[in-house]
Amino acid sequence: MPAKVGIPRSLSYYQLFPLWKTFFEEMGAELVVSGPTTKKILDDGVKCCVDEACLPVKLFHGHVADIKDRVDYLFIPRLTSISKGEYICPKFGGLPDMVRTSLHGLPEIISTEINLRKNKRNSLKAAMEIGHYFTDKDSQIKSAYKKAVGCYNLVKDNFEKGYIPDFIRPGKTAETKSLEKDRNLNIALVGHTYNIYDSFVNMNIWRKLENKNANIITIEMVDEKAINRNARQLPKKIFWNYGRKAVGSAMHLLNEKNLDGVIYVMSFGCGIDSFVCDLVERRIRRTTDLPFIVITLDEHSGEAGLDTRLEAFIDMVRWRCTDKK
Amino acid sequence: MKLTFPHLGNAYIAVKALLDELGVDYIIPPFNNKKALEIGIKNSPEFACLPLKINIGNIIQAYREGADTVLITGGCGPCRFGYYCEMEREILQDAGYDIGFITIDAPRGISLKEYFSQLLKITNGINIYKIAKAVKNTTEIAILVDQLEKLTFKMRSIEACRGDTDSVYRDFQQEIRLINGAQSIKKYISQTSQKLTNIRCNTGIKPLKVGIVGEIYTTIDSYTSFNLDARLGNMGVEVDRSVTVSNWVVEHMLKKVFHLPRDLKYAEAAKPYLGAMIGGHAQETIGNSIMYSQKGYDGIVQIYPLTCMPEIVAQSILPAVENDYGIPVLTLIIDEMTGEAGYLTRLEAFVDLLNKRREMAASDR
Repeated sequence: MPAKVGIPRSLSYYQLFPLWKTFFEEMGAELVVSGPTTKKILDDGVKCCVDEACLPVKLFHGHVADIKDRVDYLFIPRLTSISKGEYICPKFGGLPDMVRTSLHGLPEIISTEINLRKNKRNSLKAAMEIGHYFTDKDSQIKSAYKKAVGCYNLVKDNFEKGYIPDFIRPGKTAETKSLEKDRNLNIALVGHTYNIYDSFVNMNIWRKLENKNANIITIEMVDEKAINRNARQLPKKIFWNYGRKAVGSAMHLLNEKNLDGVIYVMSFGCGIDSFVCDLVERRIRRTTDLPFIVITLDEHSGEAGLDTRLEAFIDMVRWRCTDKK
Repeated sequence: MKLTFPHLGNAYIAVKALLDELGVDYIIPPFNNKKALEIGIKNSPEFACLPLKINIGNIIQAYREGADTVLITGGCGPCRFGYYCEMEREILQDAGYDIGFITIDAPRGISLKEYFSQLLKITNGINIYKIAKAVKNTTEIAILVDQLEKLTFKMRSIEACRGDTDSVYRDFQQEIRLINGAQSIKKYISQTSQKLTNIRCNTGIKPLKVGIVGEIYTTIDSYTSFNLDARLGNMGVEVDRSVTVSNWVVEHMLKKVFHLPRDLKYAEAAKPYLGAMIGGHAQETIGNSIMYSQKGYDGIVQIYPLTCMPEIVAQSILPAVENDYGIPVLTLIIDEMTGEAGYLTRLEAFVDLLNKRREMAASDR
């Protein structure tokens, strides 16, 4: 019987799942992914996690609780860095330790450190370590690794062209997106993937915006080369992977003529968002008069409040568009 | 050019010595105060951590007194502190303050020579030998100041007349601002430490011992911690904290620059609970808590500013340490809304608990 590997549908899932999926399937393991976020998962997470943690980290605990009794291994890698010279977030680095002390009755955790900050080759090293849980054949791990990376890159490239991958596509959203001329509103939705693509957390922001006929552009749909070109203009390199992408893509989109407004989604108490959101906002305010709104999410967020703010924001954007014409 | 720099506990004494030696004109911002915090809150992003807000307040207050350039250290993450220099520059630029920045970053991809040429920018061409000497003096002073502080921790818990230590130390903090030159500063520090040792003490008492761990700014800075070490001291508790300014200068700056092996005892101790460096002082917090309990301390106080990412990880792990080592841990989280009375109540209750535990342990024997 194949070993069951549990992957919480949370945090890195929204970015790296194609990589994990291909790799573990090639290793002959059976994947168990926790269900889409529900009120119960949220409540479970809030109950066992420290109060001060941000909403996504609490949710992660809830997702772990959801699958922990159904799997042989929990896959919670220590994600220190996934790109050269950049970190993710201190909480990602300490995630396996947090889960281990906050939840009880856990199966074995695969908590291999993935740290590409100094050397990109470390990813193969990490893959070998993870692979050895399932097989002794180095060649099998290597080929699984190659296949997984290939699959991940394909998904990522397609995403940049506007194809939203199935594993995170929110609800009825169309498969492809791009800055469109014929749609009347183009809205940039900036934020961490685990906030933007989790419809429970963001209270269906995609559906809400699309019902108002808005076309949504996210960071993942911006060409990485353009992101890097723009991010390089900052006097000091941003040392967070997400920070570079958010600021770089915001700067890139600002230069596009068709953009009508920017919505920044952040979680309450997010250390990185507190700086990155401010950097993005300053750049928008300095160079343009684009409407900009910050939506802060936590476990107490009320949907009615979000609706009111979104409606007001979209109304304002629309008035500006008609005035310009 | 008139330099200024944000406060970090007593670091101003060491920085002052450095700038004196280099012959640079500077202004020390007023000690951290309510006004500085208010200015900071007004100008900073809402969810930024407290040290950034106070830094902004420091810089603007110094600017109003005539400073035109800020000297600040950088970093490479993942803790937010590494990006403070840029955030502060952006905030002050948009708020309309015409003020320059000189950032001392841990060298990354540049040689030692280039590193020192950055320092040379502020020194109007003094030679490298003189700079090296100034750096040496500064480090020594940072160490001396930390030793002096440690002495106050000890004296406060055993002084016969409450307040003696505080009054000597308060005088020291006021006077030292007016003393120039590394040699005179060193001399004044040793005079003060003599005065402290001369304080009349109760003999034969064994004070409670509490280790302070947490994020560096809030542990070191007495304004943001509501005078945590003095408060505990005046309740008759001897405190200690491993994270200090000199430790940071030696371990994080000098040893990195010269590629020397670092003292990683805390990391070794923390390993079963937190297996990797995740930024900030999370590993120190866990490791030092374990080491304190092994040394027979009665309790641990963790203190950090709201939303501090590394310390949240540490906080969620500390209950395991508390359990395994049987040592009580109190976590205090500080932000601009923290009320002093609530804070004090919790501290007093914690000390009561420690006293009770000691009594019970004694009667069990």
